[in-house]
Amino acid sequence: MYLLAIDWFFIIEKLLLIVCIVTLSMVVAMYSTYGERKVAGFFQDRLGPNRAGPFGLLQPLADAGKLFFKEEIIPLASSKFLFILGPALAMITALLTSAVIPWSTPLQIGDRVVPLQIADINVGILFVFAAVSVGVYGIMIGGWASNNKFSLLAGIRGASQMVSYELPMGLALLGVLLFVGDLRMSSIVQSQIDNGWHVFYQPIGFIVFFVCALAECNRTPFDLPEAESELNFGYHQEYSSMKLGFYLFAEYINMFISCVVMTCLFFGGYDIPFVNEAEWGLHPNLLALIGFAVIMGKSLFFVFVFMWIRWTVPRFRFDQLMNLGWKKLIPLALVNMVISAALILWLKK
Amino acid sequence: MEMGVKMQLTNKSKQVDRKPMTFLESLYLWNIAKGMMITLKHFFRKKPTIQYPEQERPFSKVFRGLHILNRDEEGRERCTACGLCAVACPAEAITMEAAERENGEEHLYREEKYAAKYEINMLRCIFCGYCEEACPKDAIYLSQTFAPANYGRTGFIYKKGDLLIPNPVEDPEGYKKALGDKATK
Ligand code: SF4
Ligand code: SF4
Repeated sequence: MYLLAIDWFFIIEKLLLIVCIVTLSMVVAMYSTYGERKVAGFFQDRLGPNRAGPFGLLQPLADAGKLFFKEEIIPLASSKFLFILGPALAMITALLTSAVIPWSTPLQIGDRVVPLQIADINVGILFVFAAVSVGVYGIMIGGWASNNKFSLLAGIRGASQMVSYELPMGLALLGVLLFVGDLRMSSIVQSQIDNGWHVFYQPIGFIVFFVCALAECNRTPFDLPEAESELNFGYHQEYSSMKLGFYLFAEYINMFISCVVMTCLFFGGYDIPFVNEAEWGLHPNLLALIGFAVIMGKSLFFVFVFMWIRWTVPRFRFDQLMNLGWKKLIPLALVNMVISAALILWLKK
Repeated sequence: MEMGVKMQLTNKSKQVDRKPMTFLESLYLWNIAKGMMITLKHFFRKKPTIQYPEQERPFSKVFRGLHILNRDEEGRERCTACGLCAVACPAEAITMEAAERENGEEHLYREEKYAAKYEINMLRCIFCGYCEEACPKDAIYLSQTFAPANYGRTGFIYKKGDLLIPNPVEDPEGYKKALGDKATK
């Protein structure tokens, strides 16, 4: 269907995909809050929430309802536009990253091949990094616009943490990128389907990346931006009601998406290990479904590991955090990058 | 004790290792992994939680819970409003008003004087059981249930109607249940 020389199917298809993926991220984030409490409970020999609905499954709805009915307070001295922009920005950037993720092998509808990826841009992984960097503004603006010195300090603290850890994260990634020779997310996944998972080639790169991902998502042990008890909560101190909900929610989306990105970069994305699923001769739609289940399974496992770490390790001190980032992870990532570059050069010659 | 011998308070004390960390140690990875194994053990451990409304914790025989105003075998209230329980009560939780038994009320009240009003404020009560001990008529005792949660304070002031045991003539089963372990104690 070509109207005005525009492929309308293409637009509809992408719109549908966007709606699906945004909904998926939201639902996963919602149930991560539930999962977090359940996991926390189990790690602490408790049962976690189990009263709202069967197994407490309606707990996230109850929480969202509670946040909605909380009083909405915008401090008089705050700059109102920025105050509202902060959480919106946090949410938007959290969702933006999902645009370049290849969720599975293409679907086949009629004789159309529909790739399950919103945009396979040629700078895919850089786009993820760009979006994550913009996410810092959500924190900064929120802290700044509240017109509260503690929020501002916390905002700066959060921003400096995120900026510091982006560096080793990028460096850790370089090993993978050198290996693949392409920035597209789809080719990164494809290279793993052909050659095996990157985590086996880049174990140090993966560890550095994983630690940085924890820091980027403000997860324990690096959750200083929102240390409730000892550092006065954080940049969202003045926020209430659903705006606070947005910040917290954006964090869960971030966590989910960063787990998906990690899966794509190091754990083969939708690839099933040890088998060549293309040989099974299954219908492509079924294959796509299996692939999707695989990537979700891997990502949710990482989400679990994130939570596991959170309920095991206490929070770092700020100087420890900075030391670890600048003095430990960056050198490690650099060495890792140099060695992999040398190896690749030597082997490819 | 000889000089120079270090006195130890306990044989479990351990010298703290203050050597500077090596690079690998300072990444904390190994220690964090060890910690994670410990928490994982807890993850699969049996949970000691008692899921209250569905599951109830067994109480000991001498548990002192909510009060019950007793009746005799014919279903007559035993309390004679002597006020000894209120006097004995260290928390001053008991309030009562006495009334005289009229003719024709013999089947309701065992004694000539009875409590027209009998209230216990469960927020004040410390469940010491002194009232039970003080009572000469075996009219009050502490059961094996506790006061359930309530939205208001007035809900914790238990009236005579809330405290009275079911009539053994009209509702023998309820009476038995309310009596609980009391009979065997
Ligand atoms: S149990 Fe103790 S505190 Fe409670 S009413 Fe009886 S005497 Fe008073
Ligand atoms: S409960 Fe017992 S002690 Fe208290 S007023 Fe009645 S008879 Fe007297």
